[in-house]
Amino acid sequence: MFGIVGLFTNIRDLMKFSGAFRWGFIVLVFVFLMAGLSWFSPYEEDHRRDTPRGKPPLTEISIGRDDDGERIYARTLLGTTSQGQDVFWQLTFAVRNTFLIAGTAVFIGRSIAILLGMLTGYMGGVFDRVLSTIIDSLIVLPRLPLLILIAAILRGDITTLGLGVLLGIMDWAHPSKRYRAQVLSLREREFTHTAVFSGMNPVKVVVREHMPFLVPFLLADVVSGFLWAIGMEVTLAYLGLGQISVPTIGSLLYWGNYYNALLLNQTWVLIPAIAAAVFTVAGFYMLSQGITHYLDPRTRLTRLGVSDS
Amino acid sequence: MTLLQQFILPRLLQWVIVIVVGITITFLIPRLSPVNPIQQALARLTQFQALEPEAVLQLKEQLMANYGLEGSIVEQYFRFWGNLLGGDLGPSFGAFPQRVNDMIGRALPFTVALLTFTTIMGWIIGIIVGTLAAYYPGRLTNLVAGVMIVVYPVPYFIIAFIFLMVFTYYIPFFPLIGVFRGEPFEAEFIATYLHSTFLPAVTLLITGLSFRFIMARALGTAELSSDHVQYATMAGLPDNRLMYSYVARNTMLPQVTDLGLSMGAIFSGTLITEAVFGYPGLGDLLLQAIYQADYNVVMGITLLSIVGIATASLIVDLSYPLVDPRVRYR
Repeated sequence: MFGIVGLFTNIRDLMKFSGAFRWGFIVLVFVFLMAGLSWFSPYEEDHRRDTPRGKPPLTEISIGRDDDGERIYARTLLGTTSQGQDVFWQLTFAVRNTFLIAGTAVFIGRSIAILLGMLTGYMGGVFDRVLSTIIDSLIVLPRLPLLILIAAILRGDITTLGLGVLLGIMDWAHPSKRYRAQVLSLREREFTHTAVFSGMNPVKVVVREHMPFLVPFLLADVVSGFLWAIGMEVTLAYLGLGQISVPTIGSLLYWGNYYNALLLNQTWVLIPAIAAAVFTVAGFYMLSQGITHYLDPRTRLTRLGVSDS
Repeated sequence: MTLLQQFILPRLLQWVIVIVVGITITFLIPRLSPVNPIQQALARLTQFQALEPEAVLQLKEQLMANYGLEGSIVEQYFRFWGNLLGGDLGPSFGAFPQRVNDMIGRALPFTVALLTFTTIMGWIIGIIVGTLAAYYPGRLTNLVAGVMIVVYPVPYFIIAFIFLMVFTYYIPFFPLIGVFRGEPFEAEFIATYLHSTFLPAVTLLITGLSFRFIMARALGTAELSSDHVQYATMAGLPDNRLMYSYVARNTMLPQVTDLGLSMGAIFSGTLITEAVFGYPGLGDLLLQAIYQADYNVVMGITLLSIVGIATASLIVDLSYPLVDPRVRYR
């Protein structure tokens, strides 16, 4: 409960404080709206041949027949694909599914990272040294080849959610190290000693005194997790791995390539997916820039100075 | 002695751990997966023709032997290591009598050339431009920084794809897939090589450079406000000297550490960029292998990249004492 209230205060402060955060936030609200629109799509997610194939944007297409057998016509906003799907509505599904994958990955990855980071940070000693050596080694381990190997073996058997879980399991080593560093510094602060000496329960010290410092840190970390997971999803789908029958940003590009969209001059199939990817990652990155700037102790001091005067 | 004990030995230990853990994971993945690669391969082979049951059985045994799936899991594990140390990655299934070693051996020089050139150039240019940007803030600097901040988080694949669309489709100046003619080191080969390598190299250079730039600018700005730089400024040292010996020199240290840590990401980026541009390196080989379900090749590339990246980041880390005298004299 405390964490959630803290989160909202943090976001409000950040909006006031950083232009980058504000812009990133606005871009992401649009991207999320796009994902939300998928629930209002007139087409089914995995249906093909709903529309005529390969029509350019803003053309009239027939989208079926009414009760008297007359064709119904409508304009398509972003054109249709070679599989007879409307690009705009496919894109809404794609953004939603990519977020679902990345969200799952971030949740799992950060849970492991926080747990390990706190354990190593608070316990210290031999436990910390052994675990930290292992974590340091895992950071260097290349993840894309391993992911490709796993996905290549599982092929079509991996679900969208399964891919999210897999990405999450791969992405905790680096963040856990950063949490450990953060905990180590918090542990030595004056107020921690004060709290401990005045007989505060250790669990309470962690939750009440240290959590508020870790929450904004977590926010920046979640964003970088999203960036990585989205990049991996797009990459794996382009290679034809993962569940390519489900629309994601990566699988839209895969199918576009599969049907030679470039050679057939059907660039409208590819450009929306590329734009969605660029806007999403740029939005997330601006968000994290804003947060990092906000967390920087130097700017923090100037901010305090301003509020004092 | 202390350098060896406190710096080199722990780093070597870490290198061993990475390789053992990485190779063990690679060994375990196919054995823990619910999908049986043997059944998959058999299904593919018997898809278009009916084979006699005995032939299928023999084929299955052959495949088991090829995959190293005979005996208990411990036996398999030691045999796996034995094959690896002997440098044998088994036969390819897509291009059967060929050995995976030979296929990788053909693709490797292309990847190494591209990777080494773009990584080193991106690192150097990024740091120089980033430090300059920290040193001379202004409108142009802000513009460059803005572009870099948008470019940096975009996945390699998307950047590569945008370049592919722009320079082979809208402005058809470069080939859609790599074309190489002639024998190595002949004039024709060099010409076609440069022509086909330009786009992948530029893609990797830009993506590598953008993060170095952002980091160098941030580090440089922080360094400029430090006491020793301000003192040097007041002492009237020339700008050049100030910038190279006082600012850039100090920002090098975290850049070296970060380069070591990001070798994996850089390698992954090279793989995917090669696949997009049809550049005949490991990435393209990997893409073909995935399409043909050539599992041994995928495995070989995975193993090679684990050893390669771990070694590359070890070399980068061991060069750290060269730039940081404090580590040397401790």
